[in-house]
Amino acid sequence: MDFLVFQYPMITVQACLDGILLGVLFALIAYGMALQWGVMNIINIAQGDLVILGGYIAYFMYLYGIHPAWGVIVAPVIMYFVGIAIYKLVINKVVDRDLFISILATFGISILFMQLMNFAFGADVVLANSGYGTTMLFDSNVVLPNSKIFSAFISILFAVCLVIYMKKSKLGRAIRATAQNARAAKILGVDTEKVYAATFGINAALCGVAGALISITFTIHPYMGLPYTIRSFMIVIVAGLGNLPGVAMSGMGLGVFEEFADYILGTEFRIGSVFLLLVLILVYRRFKLSRKREYLK
Amino acid sequence: MRLNKIILSFVSALVILFSTSVASFAKVVGDKIILGAAISLTGKYSSNGVHTQNGYNMAVDRINSMGGVKVGGKTYKFDIIYYDDESNPKRAAQLAERLISQDGVEFMLGPYSSGLTKAIAPVTEKYGVPMVEANGASRSLFTKGYKYLFAVLAPANLYLDVAIETAVELNGGKPVRIAQAFEQDAFSQDVRLGILDAAERTGSKIIIDDKLPKELNDMAATLVKVKQMKPDVLVVSGHTKGALTAIRQIAEMKVDVPMLAMTHCDAAKLSKQHGKNSQYALCASQWHKSLTYKDDFFKDGMTYAADFEKEFGYDPPYQSAESSAALLVFKDAFERANSFDQKKVRDALAATNMQTFYGNIKFAPGGQNVDKPMVLFQVMCDASGKCENKVVAPLKWASAKLIHPIPKWSDR
Repeated sequence: MDFLVFQYPMITVQACLDGILLGVLFALIAYGMALQWGVMNIINIAQGDLVILGGYIAYFMYLYGIHPAWGVIVAPVIMYFVGIAIYKLVINKVVDRDLFISILATFGISILFMQLMNFAFGADVVLANSGYGTTMLFDSNVVLPNSKIFSAFISILFAVCLVIYMKKSKLGRAIRATAQNARAAKILGVDTEKVYAATFGINAALCGVAGALISITFTIHPYMGLPYTIRSFMIVIVAGLGNLPGVAMSGMGLGVFEEFADYILGTEFRIGSVFLLLVLILVYRRFKLSRKREYLK
Repeated sequence: MRLNKIILSFVSALVILFSTSVASFAKVVGDKIILGAAISLTGKYSSNGVHTQNGYNMAVDRINSMGGVKVGGKTYKFDIIYYDDESNPKRAAQLAERLISQDGVEFMLGPYSSGLTKAIAPVTEKYGVPMVEANGASRSLFTKGYKYLFAVLAPANLYLDVAIETAVELNGGKPVRIAQAFEQDAFSQDVRLGILDAAERTGSKIIIDDKLPKELNDMAATLVKVKQMKPDVLVVSGHTKGALTAIRQIAEMKVDVPMLAMTHCDAAKLSKQHGKNSQYALCASQWHKSLTYKDDFFKDGMTYAADFEKEFGYDPPYQSAESSAALLVFKDAFERANSFDQKKVRDALAATNMQTFYGNIKFAPGGQNVDKPMVLFQVMCDASGKCENKVVAPLKWASAKLIHPIPKWSDR
């Protein structure tokens, strides 16, 4: 059982493809997290809950007869304003405080969102059917649901648009300037308050896109947010802040890692293995840092 | 004059205070038998919690309007105190404690889910409060030697037993190869134990044995294994989430398996979410409205379903039916005990042997109902895409013939 991957070589191909498609989606969520971490120095524990909320937007569109794929346009627009609202109500009060306080605040938002979603939408597991078919490869030994391909494609599209936006637009430049040095940016006339709000809004919008995609490919439930927070946290830690290719690569790497962990260790260790990897990476980074420190001595 | 007024209001205040405190310190007030229940009205079990509550309320109204409960020549009516346990076992145990020691409840109805029942059972046991529960099927509830716990439903390990037996039978009595994926919670793991027993009994081999974590919404890995290893039966149990995820991904990945057996398909409304993709799935259920059991209050399953729909606006899932049955059991036990003494009622419950619209009820020493088999239904769709659950096993109640093996995706 443990060596299925070797007995059935097609599983390896399948796992890699599944992992990459899944990883791209993770990377999109992680990119939002990296952005706001870099700019505002806030680790958003409610990231996953924003994702799920985006998923519910797509689900309700599906319920009212609109194709859920339109959710990838509607969800980010609504979520952008949700993000701005959260910023105005809570985040702007903790943005200059230390990291611990912002973690506590976003943790609180996370719990609040979970309960509100449960209250408003009910505890049922829901999904939106896209009606996309399936692509068969290698004599139908490898199957790729088109919904997964669609979600990977949309994720890449949004990531690319965002990168261009950050490079070319005025707001994008202001965001990057604030990330580099908030004080200097302020002195040079950047309204950092506005930049923070926009950053949080953009992050929420990205979560909205990802959520809509998740409701099309998987299932959503009010309490399913946390694993997405953990995954994006991990991707950001591996890739570092402001390193978009790194985020994309480590996202895909995590996706593939998860799929293989699933085949080799068993499905029950899938999410556990992500946590284990997180610990290993943190220990490794510490180890590396301490070596550097010795060097300095 | 003024003093009189003060004294009068003081005394009346005392009287009001006294009378309310008396009211909350008795299980039988006037002509009312007060039962207590902690139910998940919010939190992750809230949808099934509401089904449970609707089932209880439906039975209370029906029994009260049809003459109530006759004990010692007097007629009593049922009343239930509900608290919301927030789907949280700790909260449920606290509320049970509160119902018993503060509200003075002497008879309890069960919460929703095995986990919460497990949390409450030690409390009711400690106080010697008889509890009839309708939504905790985990086997471990019935092996702890609880004396005051009675469950109207069949234990979890019997849920999919029938499916394996049927598969072996259809295979000409030869053993089958089983793939299984179960969530890691008390209930699903008990269903798994049942499959292990059935596999051993029939000499069948389990070739895939996956455990699904609670947060999982992707079963692709399990299904890829199924696609490669081609088992005869695929068994999935992971509450509504597991059933929905499995159907979605089986359809998307075009996984061909001769038999697909699941739990929680009734409440999942599989066909509503997935339409024709859910066709041919076998679902284990405690109850189906087409079963022909009868009682005096609800007549039969069909009448129950119609009445329930009229009152609550949806087709009753089995969680509601079994909850209604719990009150029929209580009524019967009170009347046979002819007393409100907890010990006597407990003994009367233990000696229960009756038929309700939900099924026959007879308790084993562990408290589980041993007189009601599980039913299996298969999701069948007609040409217009309308899908229905049809009972296919046990044969006695079958309203349709089992379609086996499931047609390949390429032929659909």
